[in-house]
Amino acid sequence: MALGLIVLFVVSLIIFLGVELLPGDLAQAMLGQQATEETLAAFRKELRLDLPMHTRYLEWLFNILHGDFGRSLANGREISELIGVRLGNTLFLALFSALIAVPLSLTLGILAAMYRNSFFDRAVNILTLSSISFPEFFIAYILIFVFSIKLGWMPSLSNVSTETPIGERLFVSLMPALTLTLVVVAHMMRMTRAAIINLLASSYIEMANLKGLSRARVILRHALPNAWAPIINVIVINLAYLIVGVVIVEVVFVYPGLGQLIVDSVQKRDIPVVQACSLIFAATYIMLNLTADILSIITNPRLLHPK
Amino acid sequence: MNDPVNTANAESADFVAPPVKPGKWANVTGALRKAPWSAKFGMLVITLYVLAALFAPLLTPYGESEIVGELFLPWDDTFILGTDNLGRDMATRLLYGARNTVGIAFVTTCVAFLIGGIGGMLAAILGGWIDQALSRLVDVLMAIPQLIFALLLLTIFGTSIPVLIVIIAVLDSTRVFRLARAVSHNVVVTDFVEAARLRGENLAWISLREVLPNIMPPLVAEFGLRFCFVFLLISGLSFLGLGLQPPTADWGSMVRDNATLITYGDITPLLPAGAIALLTVGVNFVVDWFLHKSSGLRDGQ
Repeated sequence: MALGLIVLFVVSLIIFLGVELLPGDLAQAMLGQQATEETLAAFRKELRLDLPMHTRYLEWLFNILHGDFGRSLANGREISELIGVRLGNTLFLALFSALIAVPLSLTLGILAAMYRNSFFDRAVNILTLSSISFPEFFIAYILIFVFSIKLGWMPSLSNVSTETPIGERLFVSLMPALTLTLVVVAHMMRMTRAAIINLLASSYIEMANLKGLSRARVILRHALPNAWAPIINVIVINLAYLIVGVVIVEVVFVYPGLGQLIVDSVQKRDIPVVQACSLIFAATYIMLNLTADILSIITNPRLLHPK
Repeated sequence: MNDPVNTANAESADFVAPPVKPGKWANVTGALRKAPWSAKFGMLVITLYVLAALFAPLLTPYGESEIVGELFLPWDDTFILGTDNLGRDMATRLLYGARNTVGIAFVTTCVAFLIGGIGGMLAAILGGWIDQALSRLVDVLMAIPQLIFALLLLTIFGTSIPVLIVIIAVLDSTRVFRLARAVSHNVVVTDFVEAARLRGENLAWISLREVLPNIMPPLVAEFGLRFCFVFLLISGLSFLGLGLQPPTADWGSMVRDNATLITYGDITPLLPAGAIALLTVGVNFVVDWFLHKSSGLRDGQ
């Protein structure tokens, strides 16, 4: 836990200090070269750039811990207000995709391990290897092309708002969720398969086979419990990836989430918003990775006692 | 992470004894002939892309950003793949895209390997506080999701090609560093490195002549994988409008610029995306085969 907090602290420092590396400073970058000295000075005062760096960092951090991210440079709105709803949308999309992706990849992985080297295994292997190689927007546009344009079953845009009822919301977010699923399933499925196959070589599995147990029983009752640690690890890491991977998918489907916000802000060079979004993304990512470590220790108590 | 390390052990036996030149070539051609169809397919794809990138100006009558006709023309004899959102020839831009997108991804990966490889080898050979400092730095850099970090840095430094290359290369070198350090670690403790140290060889000799040849196989495989990641990351950024800037022909931004065509049931915008996917699949197939072959030495026994 402590380590995660330290990393998070260092990351906040990097995100903050990164901006200090700007040639000139934030005010100069915003107003451009033509700005007069007076406007620059006034703008600096407004952004509190006249204060020393460490004071500003501590103030920034203190405000963020109290939920105040400052104001957007582009439209002067409260950043926390901009982020609030969008963060909810992004988490909703990530959770929705996880609910499809995790059971799917576990099933595929276990089946592939059970029928190792069969036609099914090879087909799944080639398919997943290819889907890892596809850029997210390719998968997204193929889905749009097939399901929205040719078949006309699904909307090609996922414009949700707070008023959207849950049923419609699920329907509208199904396409982005499917895209994300296709992106992460391959990795999870391959790791599940590898974790189980790794165990199949051990002697207690051979014993179970020699006892005459069915293949399904050997894998589900004997191999799977020992494979949980690596599998859970991979699942959580992929969930972390889901949170980050939403950026491109959100842009394709015009889904009003945090990813869309960060991309818009990068284009407008709205630095405070980019900083806030990066911090939220990084925090989620670090926390999930930490959870992965903790969960793998819980499921495999041997890790508590390193040699 | 474990696999490449084992690979290094398995391969080092072959690599320590310098193979005779003709025998080596016979080995290479023999291995190529025995490669599975997926690897052959991958190599074919890579060759085609390299050819397209090298000979793009000869293969097409139009210029890279030359406006040749109406907007969004359909496929016909003059413009085989139609024209794009500004009336530029789609096929021409696809060919030039091979040059720009693949070229920049390749350069970036090389820079990343230069930084990460040297850093990793130095950390393993020198050890001590240098190792600690570099490793902790890499830990922190890897704690931030790559795409988000890239977005943040691009906001700060602006989007130009050199900046893009440096940012992605530095971010990606962290992965190379970890691998290079891990595999070098196994080599550094061997007797021949110890002997070289006692002979009083300098750092450059030890890293380039003693360590590097022994960590090549996992690094080569990793190069393929990292190239795919960098390639996808750069295309992703270009797709978001933050990578290569117009009028440079680039597959990521071509998809974005022409995406509206998809709503009319035209698959043209999918072609650049498909070109990205095909190359990554090809490289992955070759890497898969390479990894399988070098780790297969162990499994087979």
